[in-house]
Amino acid sequence: MKKTMYEKIWESHFVHQEPGQAPLLYVDRHLMHEVTSPQAFEGLRMANRPVRNPHSILATMDHCVPTKDRDLPIADPIAKKQIETMAENCEENGLNLYDMESPDNGVIHVVVPEHGFVHPGMVVVCGDSHTATHGAFGALAFGIGTSEVEHVMATQTLPQQKSKTMLVQVDGQLSKHCTAKDIALAIIGVTGTAGGTGYVIEYAGEAIEALTMEGRMTVCNMAIEAGARAGMVAPDQKTFDFLEGKEFAPKGEYWEQALTYWKSLVTDEGAEYDKIITLNASEISPQVTWGTSPEQVIGVNGAVPSPESFADKGKRLACESALKYMDLDASTKMTDINIDYVFIGSCTNGRIEDFRDAAEMAKGTTVADGVTAIAVPGSFHVKLQAEKEGIDKIFKEAGWEWREPGCSMCLAMNGDELKDGQRCASTSNRNFEGRQGKGGRTHLVSPAMAAAAAAAGHFVDISKLG
Amino acid sequence: MEKYTKHESVAALMNRNNVDTDQIIPKQFLKKVERSGFGVHLFHDWRYNADGVTPNPDFELNKPAFKGAKVLVVGDNFGCGSSREHAPWAIADYGFNTIISTSYADIFYNNCFKNGILAIVVEPAQLDLLMDEINANEGVSFSVDLETQTVNTPAGNGFTFEIDPFRKENMLNGLDDIGLTLKHVDKISAFEEEHKKRLPWLWAS
Repeated sequence: MKKTMYEKIWESHFVHQEPGQAPLLYVDRHLMHEVTSPQAFEGLRMANRPVRNPHSILATMDHCVPTKDRDLPIADPIAKKQIETMAENCEENGLNLYDMESPDNGVIHVVVPEHGFVHPGMVVVCGDSHTATHGAFGALAFGIGTSEVEHVMATQTLPQQKSKTMLVQVDGQLSKHCTAKDIALAIIGVTGTAGGTGYVIEYAGEAIEALTMEGRMTVCNMAIEAGARAGMVAPDQKTFDFLEGKEFAPKGEYWEQALTYWKSLVTDEGAEYDKIITLNASEISPQVTWGTSPEQVIGVNGAVPSPESFADKGKRLACESALKYMDLDASTKMTDINIDYVFIGSCTNGRIEDFRDAAEMAKGTTVADGVTAIAVPGSFHVKLQAEKEGIDKIFKEAGWEWREPGCSMCLAMNGDELKDGQRCASTSNRNFEGRQGKGGRTHLVSPAMAAAAAAAGHFVDISKLG
Repeated sequence: MEKYTKHESVAALMNRNNVDTDQIIPKQFLKKVERSGFGVHLFHDWRYNADGVTPNPDFELNKPAFKGAKVLVVGDNFGCGSSREHAPWAIADYGFNTIISTSYADIFYNNCFKNGILAIVVEPAQLDLLMDEINANEGVSFSVDLETQTVNTPAGNGFTFEIDPFRKENMLNGLDDIGLTLKHVDKISAFEEEHKKRLPWLWAS
């Protein structure tokens, strides 16, 4: 029978199914951060259960860590406790942790690929919805809750029902200054935030193949914003080149064995998907969200829609409430929306390529009056690489703050946040009410769009630039 | 986990779609290392006035008629966004043990059942009936019976619902998932040995 990549990976990790129970799926890699793990360790301790497979785990500290004055103690005592608890739990269980002092520290979904910890064909979990990022390597990677974190630590498995499969085919070529982020947002504009519920998405087509590994990570990262369990891209030569020589990549004779196996994972010609969505990359313009859900998105050359333009009652209500929260009037041109803040970073757009894109746009500009712009690398490796290339100087000379790595203003847990009413051009993944600070208004964009907005003080149609 | 059987309780209504987990429990409350005590922060940014302490009278769940509700009736795609299990912890700690909606985000749905929350899926037309009934009679109580998979209401808008038999069994008996899985530890070990032979590099570094 012809199989999709998802089905091949699923079947190769099937352990057992008890009648009347969900199938048990084996987990190869378990990623961890400080926010969703402490209660899982507490559960294990209370039940006197050991961590079954410590070598399958890689942990970091990212959500609560400060992005400036890292040499000072964390000011927030509760965040400090959470960071300390993570360190204690990893120490006690012999887990590999990139703590705040480690040169390998950074956002979990940025540091894991840097070390080649995830390979094609793996089942990967993390107590974090953006785990789908690692699907870029042809792995089945998905977010889980804390009870499931505990379950995986104790058993190396998860009870899982098989998902349906969706192919998102992106044909054609992206226009200049359009990026993986614009593809990700455009797809969500089509599917809606619930369109992928119950599915695992496979992204394919000329435009996906043309993306770098960083770009594929950006697209897969936002599969969850389409409601999908996971997103994935077939492994190819780019995947293999990215992994070769990395710390946790197979070495020597294992490398050749692994390559043969990885190549066998690709979806069989003629395999069937439960649903297929097709987009053409050449029709995707730079995207900006106008509302409080990632599906409320439009090309920068467009205008804020009116509630009446939605036939569906639910979407009409959602538009009304979003316009109120965002303080926007229908028909306002996106390029007429002024911003107060710019954030470049996060597990969606905190990789070296993102800062290169943004720096190209920021070069020789000055941050507009009244605008605060911060650049937060996804990891120390990204930061060092950027500094080696002089990218930090470009940002600093343009009036940006060049920060230490962390999740920062993507979810504003570490003190980096918007004030009530401030409007932000953000390269993160969610524009929910209050996500970047109570009363804060978030517009999701690509790094290049964010950099252009910082200089202009409003959104700019960068597709019109040379 | 506590057993879930049947109960009758006030049904509270939140007629909002796409309520995300950032709203259910905002990030400033995710720094605790315990599982308990999140109920007071449930829907914090909507529930309290700007001072963060006094109740916002305009927020649905602050209506006196909804006091003590165990059933929460909500709009489509409830619980989207972050995987934070703090969301169902907050919901359960507040006192809800049942949610009725047309749809839930995937991870949130799983998380509910790990915490003794029955997340019931209904057709849009059925949800409209339930919402109308609550609007017409705020403080109305619904009865929920997991064994027979039924919900009944005073106005006769009762219905039966589907639930995965595995989840139902675990909820009725208050079973611990991990304990259940560990019954198959031999099969896990056997699989692992085969997996190691097939993909030895996974254990090499």
